Amino acid sequence: MLRFIVTRLGMVIPTFLGIIFLTFILIRLVPGDPVEVRVGERGISPERHAELIHQMGLDRPLYVQFFDYVGGVLKGDLGVSVITQRPVMTEFLTLFPATVELAFFAMLFATLVGLPAGVLAAVRRGSVYDHAVMGTSLTGYSMPIFWWGLLLILFFSVKLGWTPVAKRLSDDYFVDEVTGFMLIDTLLSDEKGSFLDALEHLILPTIVLGTVPLAVIARMTRSAMLEVLGEDYIRTARAKGLSAYRIVAVHALRNALVPVVTVIGLQVGTLMGGAILTESVFSWPGIGKWLVESIGRRDYPALQGGVLVIATLVMAINLAVDLLYGVLNPRIRHKR
Amino acid sequence: MKRRLLGAVAAAALAFGLANAASAKTLVYCSEGSPENFNPQINTTGTSFDTAYPVFNRLVEFKPGTTEIMPSLAESWDVSDDGITYTFHLRKGVKFHARGSFTPSRDFNADDVIATFNRMWKADDPYSKVSGGAYDYFNDMGMPDLIKSIDKVDENTVRFTLTKPEAPFIANLGMDFAAIHSKEYMDAMMKAGTPEKVDQEPIGTGPFIWANYKKDDRIIYNANVNYFRGKQPIDRLVFSITPDQATREARLEAGECDVIPYPNPADIAKLKANPNLQVLEQEGLNVGYLAMNVKKPPFDNVKVRQAINMAIDKQAILAAVYQGAGKAAKNPIPPTIWSYDDSIQPYPYDPEKAKALLAEAGVSNLQTDLWYMPVQRPYNPDAKKMAELMQADLAKIGVTAELKTFEWGEYRKRLQAGEHQMGMLGWTGDNGDPDNFMGVLLSCGSAREGGQNVAKWCNEDFTKLIDEAKATSDVEKRTALYKQAQEIFHDQAPWVPIAHSLVSMPMSKKVMGYKVHPLGTHIFEGVDIEE
Amino acid sequence: MTDTTLSATPVTQTISPTKEVWLSLKANKGALGGLIVIVALVLAAVFADFIAPYHYAEVFKECVAQPCPPIWQEGADPRFVLGTDAVGRDLWSRLVHGARYSLFIGTIVVTISLAAGILFGLLSGFFRGTVDIIIMRLMDIILSIPSLLLALAIVAILGSGLLNAMIAVAITYIPHYARLARAAVLTELPKDYVTASRVAGAGTLRLMLSVVLPNCLAPLIVQATLSFSTAILDAAALGFLGYGAQAPTPEWGTMLADARNLIRSAPWVVTFPGIAILVTVLAFNLLGDGLRDALDPKLKR
Repeated sequence: MLRFIVTRLGMVIPTFLGIIFLTFILIRLVPGDPVEVRVGERGISPERHAELIHQMGLDRPLYVQFFDYVGGVLKGDLGVSVITQRPVMTEFLTLFPATVELAFFAMLFATLVGLPAGVLAAVRRGSVYDHAVMGTSLTGYSMPIFWWGLLLILFFSVKLGWTPVAKRLSDDYFVDEVTGFMLIDTLLSDEKGSFLDALEHLILPTIVLGTVPLAVIARMTRSAMLEVLGEDYIRTARAKGLSAYRIVAVHALRNALVPVVTVIGLQVGTLMGGAILTESVFSWPGIGKWLVESIGRRDYPALQGGVLVIATLVMAINLAVDLLYGVLNPRIRHKR
Repeated sequence: MKRRLLGAVAAAALAFGLANAASAKTLVYCSEGSPENFNPQINTTGTSFDTAYPVFNRLVEFKPGTTEIMPSLAESWDVSDDGITYTFHLRKGVKFHARGSFTPSRDFNADDVIATFNRMWKADDPYSKVSGGAYDYFNDMGMPDLIKSIDKVDENTVRFTLTKPEAPFIANLGMDFAAIHSKEYMDAMMKAGTPEKVDQEPIGTGPFIWANYKKDDRIIYNANVNYFRGKQPIDRLVFSITPDQATREARLEAGECDVIPYPNPADIAKLKANPNLQVLEQEGLNVGYLAMNVKKPPFDNVKVRQAINMAIDKQAILAAVYQGAGKAAKNPIPPTIWSYDDSIQPYPYDPEKAKALLAEAGVSNLQTDLWYMPVQRPYNPDAKKMAELMQADLAKIGVTAELKTFEWGEYRKRLQAGEHQMGMLGWTGDNGDPDNFMGVLLSCGSAREGGQNVAKWCNEDFTKLIDEAKATSDVEKRTALYKQAQEIFHDQAPWVPIAHSLVSMPMSKKVMGYKVHPLGTHIFEGVDIEE
Repeated sequence: MTDTTLSATPVTQTISPTKEVWLSLKANKGALGGLIVIVALVLAAVFADFIAPYHYAEVFKECVAQPCPPIWQEGADPRFVLGTDAVGRDLWSRLVHGARYSLFIGTIVVTISLAAGILFGLLSGFFRGTVDIIIMRLMDIILSIPSLLLALAIVAILGSGLLNAMIAVAITYIPHYARLARAAVLTELPKDYVTASRVAGAGTLRLMLSVVLPNCLAPLIVQATLSFSTAILDAAALGFLGYGAQAPTPEWGTMLADARNLIRSAPWVVTFPGIAILVTVLAFNLLGDGLRDALDPKLKR
């Protein structure tokens, strides 16, 4: 097991360095620069432009900038946003909890609905229920989620007025920021009703962001279950007269979970892409929107820092999934 | 209380908590984006200016809803006969905000004015390099060259000496960048080693005290009880950051916002029809235009430029793009600015005549590019749509236009470099002075490569008139000069002036006393809301 | 393409493999439905000029100020079945022409990513060692950056536009193919028939292209069909964020983005392109699923 972990970690380090390099290069290939972007119609004289670029340190040779950046990263310093002049890490940490909260609930929703739906579909293979689950989940998987979000807002928020249109909390509430996670902060605050208000704000974004993972989990669970249910030991269990419930819940599900957990883990990366769109539709103050805006503003430090942290997290989660996979499925562990 | 899924439970919870924060009168403004910071000296965007406006005052200010100058932190001022010296008599007893660990020990005085301007003006000022140190507006308005000295006459008198007479100077001091900061706060933050806090957690004399900001989420201000024009009717002002236009409108309709900026023109009729809402409108201080690059044939030919002017159906554009929230333009300045020449007859929409003019010019099968902004601007809500309509119009006179766009910064830069044949752009006025349009956008000086005259049109006669008008402080004389200049502009047709947009502010009917500011800033001083 | 590749699948059975796949597809109602929709889309794309009553860029001034609604709504103009869009263009004509772009996007993205992915996968699987490490780490890097974000950055570099959007999306898909191809190569290499070819004197290139590649095509085909649909979705998402096709291209995602602000005043302008995307993507996914079932012997009855 230890060797497995060490090999796996060994693979992570070059990838990490590669990401630092790639993000650094990519963003600098984008035409335009932060000064040009902010001047608007009025433009700027070449001398003044050069002066500002110099102040930002962007006129130094690229390799100097790169080593400076890597040096900073190794010390945990991601630099300062050229637009707001605040440390990138501070900006990131301000916005990150909102994305995590949203992503967590989306995954929770996807798992809580997708897993049982998939299991039932497998158990009742070929039934109307199976077809319904598979049809719905394939539709969900094919959904342009930005459109889906707009439709949901139009119907539930504008027409019916059941859910709030956007953001994390009504502006009638003033909750002190302690953790950045709105559900926790509202519980800690003495503003009555703010917790439920925050919960309401989570409903639609959770559904929108959770739609695709839900579909994936349901489909994956179903096919994994079918595979397991077809295996000999299940047949044996059946022959032994174990109850159907026991077979499904104890024997089959446990083994079917292995690929499902992998899929859940892999969805985390995809989730970030979905978060960009979901946050954009719901004005959710999170990381996705911030990164997209940073591209537009040519905020080099913000973008390279943000992408680096996200990529590192994705890698860490993939690593965790791998390790978990190793625990759940001893065959993998021994093979390597 | 909004009726929602968990509404009943929430209402019950509220009932127990009774009159909690609910007693504070709050106005929610759903703003369009996060500010770069809260210091208008270093900001460049309207979004950032809006967020700093509640906190600060200037020496002079624009009267609500107009471009007229009125006294503010300066109670009065004298101008010397040669137009070189401006002496400002400062208001006494004005208090800066107290917040957190900062409590001002004295009232506002001349030192604050000097410290404010020195930061932007003097490269050796300790604050000069803080937060990037770019004072774009101060520089753009030509202040560094214009100001010769700023002197403290006594505690409550400041004298500005200029290098030359400049008529628009006083209007410049009403602009956002001239917001007055507290010297005491600046010194305290410098001493604490956190000078950038001046820009991030602002202290001013304004009607609202900055309380809290969470990026991309919201900004909270509390009413300043010591405000020199009196405490505001509302207790709390919230900027709830909502970048998406459709979302903003939906939130307004759902009662989550009280006021929203920049609605979609297509939705205004619908918003007006909503019994809970009102939509205030005013002509904006702007112009959207299509510039023809006179350096590139065949646009060096005035007949071709006139033909294009006649080929484009402005009424259709006004209907489709501005949805009626705009006024057709015929001059380079908006009608709200003095010296606007209403006697000028605009080119009619006449494709046949346009064709004939092209034939006269010996131009056939004209292939051109047509550049449109990749972003929404105050003077042009949908450049792409406008470009598509123009493309269809031009096709009718046998002109093939290829639509082109670039990322916004790149776009402007390339236009200013003169890479285009035809390109759309526009302008929003800074201080309500005609020179701010005609001098900036059409003079020979700015026709150089990289200059803001994107038609690259340099007409000696026009420029002479403009220069003369700028050095004169007599408004009547200036008006006559600007009117002559507008005639030359019309005959030479370097642009197709498209429209001046109407600024629409949809808001809840409960909001009272809101005035649309022609310069585009969203101002909440004096605004009240019915409970 | 389907024919040649499928017939190369070495399945030793009495009926031809192509026929077997077809039989299996025919039995799968979903896949059949998907196939029918796709055929209809292809026909629409090919004959768009005949099916669409108007040119996709033709502006009708009477529908400019306020888009004309579809015919079943009050105040409709009978000429425009699905109404007009924000600029007064016939929505039905634009949707029909849009089919071209969506199929085009799918084809180009899949072709680019498939070709590059197979190349990387084969190189990686055959040469192992340093080549393998470099390629696979590169793929890891691409995979660890959220694909939409990476695509956005690439489009920002190349400039907005449909072609650039397609390239950007294609780049983010390469790792999937590369991994599949590599895995398939690693499974196939030790098999007897490869050894036999090697002994018979086949060169590496020949081994790669004519012996191993055809045998690992099945998972690639399934992945290709499925990424056809995600490509359409991702290109639409780029269009939605303002980095996609340029005017007046009737690409569905861009149409949706342009109409986004009309969702309340003219909901049909938003609804129909959304439905078009959904139905197309769904059709490809159904077909992809069917193909997977047909090609993957493990899941077969």
